[in-house]
Amino acid sequence: MYGKKRVAIVGAGLTLFRRRLKETGKELAYEAAKMALDAAGLELRDIQSVVMGTAPDAFDGVHMKGEYLADGAGAYHKPYTRVFVGGGTGVFTPLAGWWHIASGQFDTCLVVCEEKMSSCYPHPQYAFTTIFDPILERPIGMNLIWIFALEMQRYMHKHNIKKEHIALVSVKNKGNALDHPCAQLAARITVDDVLNSEIMAWPVQRLDVSPTSDGGAALVLVSEDVAKEITDNPVWIDGVGWCIDSTHWTNRDLYYPDYVEYAARMAYKMAGIKNPPKEIDVAEPYDPFDYKELHHMEGLLLCKKGEAPKLTAEGVTQRDGDLPINPSGGLLGVGNPIAAAGLMKVCEIFWQLRGEAGKRQIPGDPRTGIAQAWGDLMQYGSVIVLRR
Amino acid sequence: MSEKIKRYLGEEVKAEEIKEGKIPIEKFKPKAKYAWSAGIAISKFLEELKKGRIIASTCNKCGRIMVPPRIYCELCFKPTDGWTYVKDTGTINTFSASYLAADATRLKEPIIVAIIDLDGASEGMGIIHKIGEVEDWKQLKIGMKVEAVWKPPEEREGAITDIKYFKPVKEAATL
Repeated sequence: MYGKKRVAIVGAGLTLFRRRLKETGKELAYEAAKMALDAAGLELRDIQSVVMGTAPDAFDGVHMKGEYLADGAGAYHKPYTRVFVGGGTGVFTPLAGWWHIASGQFDTCLVVCEEKMSSCYPHPQYAFTTIFDPILERPIGMNLIWIFALEMQRYMHKHNIKKEHIALVSVKNKGNALDHPCAQLAARITVDDVLNSEIMAWPVQRLDVSPTSDGGAALVLVSEDVAKEITDNPVWIDGVGWCIDSTHWTNRDLYYPDYVEYAARMAYKMAGIKNPPKEIDVAEPYDPFDYKELHHMEGLLLCKKGEAPKLTAEGVTQRDGDLPINPSGGLLGVGNPIAAAGLMKVCEIFWQLRGEAGKRQIPGDPRTGIAQAWGDLMQYGSVIVLRR
Repeated sequence: MSEKIKRYLGEEVKAEEIKEGKIPIEKFKPKAKYAWSAGIAISKFLEELKKGRIIASTCNKCGRIMVPPRIYCELCFKPTDGWTYVKDTGTINTFSASYLAADATRLKEPIIVAIIDLDGASEGMGIIHKIGEVEDWKQLKIGMKVEAVWKPPEEREGAITDIKYFKPVKEAATL
């Protein structure tokens, strides 16, 4: 066994995802955390430790955001830490929760993610310009969308992929989100809608991209002993993996995210998964852009390099396909409050494995699912394997 | 969301409600400024750019010629061993035509950016820069040869922008 104790998820909570919510970050953290505790049938006094995940302070304009959010996350007078690995944060936060319990130190951990991007105006995009190297990159006038456009272009070139096939991901995910009650950008759209949408930074167009959002998400993690006392249907964290690549992002071949593969291999090894496409019933790879879902399916070893667009075109990744990908609607459909969006994916796998996903429920009694997030300068992968 | 959960929290706010002053808000604009040291490796790189040359650092263990240069090899985790010049020509590794400025406002004419793998550096050692003297960005292709267009020496200040941009190299056949 990895760690001293096996770790289960016993409750999950999620707020609406919207471009702007009236709630503060603290209030969003509270709403999600309280919902997760209620779902688990626990109270805050049952919680021994709290892990908070939230992305750049620059969105909020509040430094030391972890401390700022602590009360809302239920951390009063408790061991508390905030973790942050860029866009990878939402899946990394439950990994950090896992080691709180797996270490043997705690039996319960409340995992909370919150993002409030709407505070930064005229557009939170500008806060992202400060992530680039100040000497060599910022003087060029860097924009975050550029780097994804550069990566997407490289990926398309390497495998000779057409935009039409990538656009199918956006069509699928925004459609899936129609069944998600928290979704911000659920819509029935066509491939032509994507191809005719505004060019932002070629090949990235408006409908290739997830929105900026406010939102919160939370999970309750407990040790095996506690899980057996309080629930008949725990979902186990059976694999954890994370990995970072070099910050010299112009020195790497962007066509393939090998750091995601390394994170996945770490998690699969722990979970005893030898043949990922056969043994994984449902996956929520990170999809801030439509091509990223494909890129990450390949990095997660769910298919061969360059094969993900073909599987998508064949319908394999639909909810009723052989390998449902992003049944929630993903970031493209549900929204992208960064850390909360990653944790939303873990919530979705939790609900899918418990058979509670309602209209989004995939058929076939799924037993094993994965969620993955990605971030920093196209260099961070975090992967979690859940089993019923 | 679980089908067991019947109430979804979150109160949406529309942009108009803020404009019309219906939502109490507090505004703030940070005034902090920064002056960054370029560091040991990049200071040398910038001094060389001022002279119209691109310098790389080398690692004798892995054999890489690295641009941008560093004082340590992050793979071998040891000091780099020397310095060498690379060419101011290269190949487009990937590119984009951006209609977005840094603050996400829209541009009429796109900025063309590319990762350029420099000749003389190890394979895949690219830098990010702009592409200029292109009539239509749709003519650009991955694999195209490009060359640096420098500012005149008296205008250089030891910055990455001492290279104005890279431009496609005219094919020998068309000269």
